[in-house]
Amino acid sequence: MATYFTLIGFGPNGWGWQLAYATFLTLSVSACAFATGLGFGTLGAWAKLSGSAVAGRAGDVYTTVVRGIPDLLVVYLFYFGGSQVMTAVARMLGQQGFWGLNGFMVGTLAVGIVSGAYQTEVIRGGYLAIPRGEIEAARAVGMGRLLMLRRIIAPRALRYAMPGIGNVWQQVLKESALISVTGLAEIMRQIHVGAGSTRLPFDFYITGFMLYLMLTTVSGFAFRGAEGWTLRSERRA
Amino acid sequence: MDFAFLIDTMQKLLAGVPLTLELTFVSVAIGAALAVLLAVLRASFLPCEWLVRAYVFVLRGTPLLLQIFLIYYGIGQFAEVRNSFLWPFLRQPYWCAILALSLNTAAYGAEIIRGGLLAVPQGAAEAARVSGMSGFLLYRRIILPLAIRQALPAYGNELVIMVKSTSLASIVTLMEVSGISYAIISETYRALEVFLCAGSIYLVINFLLTRAIAQAEAWLNPHLRPATS
Repeated sequence: MATYFTLIGFGPNGWGWQLAYATFLTLSVSACAFATGLGFGTLGAWAKLSGSAVAGRAGDVYTTVVRGIPDLLVVYLFYFGGSQVMTAVARMLGQQGFWGLNGFMVGTLAVGIVSGAYQTEVIRGGYLAIPRGEIEAARAVGMGRLLMLRRIIAPRALRYAMPGIGNVWQQVLKESALISVTGLAEIMRQIHVGAGSTRLPFDFYITGFMLYLMLTTVSGFAFRGAEGWTLRSERRA
Repeated sequence: MDFAFLIDTMQKLLAGVPLTLELTFVSVAIGAALAVLLAVLRASFLPCEWLVRAYVFVLRGTPLLLQIFLIYYGIGQFAEVRNSFLWPFLRQPYWCAILALSLNTAAYGAEIIRGGLLAVPQGAAEAARVSGMSGFLLYRRIILPLAIRQALPAYGNELVIMVKSTSLASIVTLMEVSGISYAIISETYRALEVFLCAGSIYLVINFLLTRAIAQAEAWLNPHLRPATS
């Protein structure tokens, strides 16, 4: 047990600092991917709700395709396909050599686009749950589209969508482990490297379990708090 | 577009479909049985309930990839495991992937089944007891059909997720559809074309799967069918 703590501790032979930095990287790449996903999700929900046949079809294709194929393939697409595209663009601009996206960008884009598809449905559901009368009332008092979005639609939809958004965050956090295939030294990658170089795989993978559980649990509490905040005007006895 | 390359890639990828399906079916079969067991245990007495809760908490709170790695690389650290009768299985990536996928889907499945059991109206079970059913008969005729009907849509989503999750088995060297895709991509560096082929294979599998689940749902909900005159 004592050797375990020197192994993962912050001492000279410990992996503590690497693991702490890896945790920070997992958190930041997840946060970026989550934000990207919120953007794609909002766009997707808007496309599906716009009433335009073309936009609606595009939204359907996006959610169906992305939710039907493994996330690992999407990561490969951006990792290898990204360098394919970047190198071609660089050649067009007269630059020689190999160009590619780094692991962080690949992760943000790939996990962002995947979570955006789930987010689309969550946000769409949130919007559809707003009682029509409230939107009519906002129109009746003369609110413009933007003002109505800011004052009525966004806060109301958020209230209904918040539990779903929390689920998507948990999913993003766990999916970020797939970015390890690009070599980005987030938790999964760092754990794997540590396991290989110390020949103590079990100790490292168990540490990985604890790090992810810590992240999912703490952020779960944070989202529950946020949920309470969006419901603050609806508290009942 | 280079059609010759697409056709060639498609042929190579289709060779991986049986393994993808096999991984899905075997781990879903084991996982579903385990899920029912966990759901029943969770509804029983207290120490069991806490154990099942802890199990679900750990398995749902960590990435599946990490679970596969722990089983494939991690437990071999102990000489006791390496010397046990289980080692011939646990040293093979195939059984490690099956084990990790089954344990993972069991955790999600247990929660889904629990939700289904909770949705069975008290009155239905009471009425069955009044008419003299009990124990196994009660479960078989009343509780399980109602619970399964309730849980099927959510379990269908879980099945689709499982088909997608089998792609992670490629990271422990199994050559199913994703594994072959990775090999072709790193050989040819034509990610877009390979993605197109592999993606459409998964889409077709999942499309057929969701169709089948919708059929099963219609069959289990005869009361929702439109009246035929």
